[in-house]
Amino acid sequence: MKNSIGREIPEKIVGYDKFKCYCSPFIKEPVGRKASPKLRQVKPGDKKVVNSLEEAIKKAGLKDGMTISFHHHFRNGDYIINMVMDKIAEMGIKDITIAPSSLTTVHETLVEHVKSGVISGIYTSGVRGKLAEEISKGIMEKPIIIRSHGGRARAIEAGEIHIDVAFLGVPSCDEYGNASGKGAKTICGSLGYAKVDAKYADTVVLITDDLVCYPNFPASISQTDVDYVVVVDSIGDPNGIASGATRYTKNPKELLIAKYASKVIVNSGYFKEGFSFQTGSGGSSLAVTRFLKEIMKDRGIKAKFALGGITKPMVELYEEGLIEHLFDTQTFDLVSCESIFQNPNHHEIDASMYANPHNKGSFVNKLDVVILSALEIDTSFNVNVITGSDGVIRGASGGHSDTAAGSKMSIIVAPLIRGRIPTVVDNVNTVVTPGETVDVLVTDRGIAINPKRKDLMENLKNKGLPIVTIEELRDMALKIAGKPKPIEYTDKVVGVVEYRDGSIIDVIRQIK
Amino acid sequence: MEIIRTGMAGTMESSDINVVIEKQEAKGIKIYLNSSVEKQFGDQIRKVILETLEDLKVTNVVVRAVDRGALDCTIRARVQSAVMRAANKENELDWEVL
Repeated sequence: MKNSIGREIPEKIVGYDKFKCYCSPFIKEPVGRKASPKLRQVKPGDKKVVNSLEEAIKKAGLKDGMTISFHHHFRNGDYIINMVMDKIAEMGIKDITIAPSSLTTVHETLVEHVKSGVISGIYTSGVRGKLAEEISKGIMEKPIIIRSHGGRARAIEAGEIHIDVAFLGVPSCDEYGNASGKGAKTICGSLGYAKVDAKYADTVVLITDDLVCYPNFPASISQTDVDYVVVVDSIGDPNGIASGATRYTKNPKELLIAKYASKVIVNSGYFKEGFSFQTGSGGSSLAVTRFLKEIMKDRGIKAKFALGGITKPMVELYEEGLIEHLFDTQTFDLVSCESIFQNPNHHEIDASMYANPHNKGSFVNKLDVVILSALEIDTSFNVNVITGSDGVIRGASGGHSDTAAGSKMSIIVAPLIRGRIPTVVDNVNTVVTPGETVDVLVTDRGIAINPKRKDLMENLKNKGLPIVTIEELRDMALKIAGKPKPIEYTDKVVGVVEYRDGSIIDVIRQIK
Repeated sequence: MEIIRTGMAGTMESSDINVVIEKQEAKGIKIYLNSSVEKQFGDQIRKVILETLEDLKVTNVVVRAVDRGALDCTIRARVQSAVMRAANKENELDWEVL
């Protein structure tokens, strides 16, 4: 059957009893009550610190077939997921579903645990490297499920992901489980993804390399949610967790795209006192923030808040008084990590508060402008950020569809062609974000506005911007690069892409 | 054009192609291609390399190419340069053939 945006979804998908196909962004109503973790009493004098990871796994009662979760605040510096999975494998436990908030290239060694049957299911925002390649080749019986950050929080709160045990790495923690994103050895800033897991998992195991005196306050994760604390030598590589200096791009293409994008923002009608925005961590995105800074200064315009993954350029705006609040689910670099512990209006928020479509109001709903990237975008403005042009999984859903749906204006920034691969195509390999939530595409060769946004077309007219139709951009790309041969897939589904509301927006098939 | 030595042109940068032309005793043209866009453009890249060699009347060579998503015009230019170097003709280009 085909869903509302014409993607072919099979009648039956392994791992789903029943499912709904994507229809439109806000049509699916949540029903029922929130899920809840098991009740458990910790009595005066009870100890939470255990001697080893193995002891924690035993005490948590981990068994074959269970679901465990992790966070990805340590990004490419993470030691936790591999450490825990190696131990679980050593203990002979198998058929585990892992539900990390995301996976990076450092986790590609998990492929061995998939092959040996220790891991039989994966729910994640993204996956990269060898593990992603093997999944695309069909190594797993059950397709992996890709969820956005808001979609994951929703699925946990709705009980669609039931976490038996959460293994959460924390930079510092006391004996009772009060944990923070700042420790003696590592610093990761916000623990926004982990906060959701700590609230909903039946058993919460914290893993730290900096056990501090009680009470470790202010705490991101609270003692009331924590069962066990494990102390290890090292939870991660500080260099991989938070990059040092975010470099200002010198790539002329990226700078041109950023210049156009900031002009679009300024002329959109949303650029006024008290506006709000989110920019990502890509080269163009970071440059947009810097360009905006100059224009905000010139015109004396201040932003009420900036959202999302917080980066150094945003912190600079905050410190210069150009942004009043920073709301932070994930902190990308060292400057931002220091900022969240120093600056009173740099707030940590959890993933549900950030982007869950089925709570009583997440931050993305209050967002004016968001800048997002794309691997591919089609002439209906549907965006792919999960599979490469060769059909292999190589990206992450992230907050893409959440912010596109919530914001008043979503801007996609991308070069028209990357290494001979056209970005604008007739049909993307995989849809993560539906075109009806995408408003503007900015490329180095021209800007296309979604035809349903007549207001933006009017506002951006005669502003010296190279406005064209998206079909013109597609033709331009085709003329320069030539026509790529289509990717060949089998019928086997290796991945399911859930829209943020839990409906299925697309599936990823096995490559031939 | 007579191939005398090994000639190379191009880099490993994105959107470029590195081409090495070697003489071979056996008859014909042998192309070893490694491309980041093999699945989408592999056949097209081979076709452009072959056509460029035919235009230059080059036979009996081995071509080793590492492609990082070069456009057809780039591929043609890199193959021509590699051939001219391999033929010891890089300082006496015959622009009419090009």
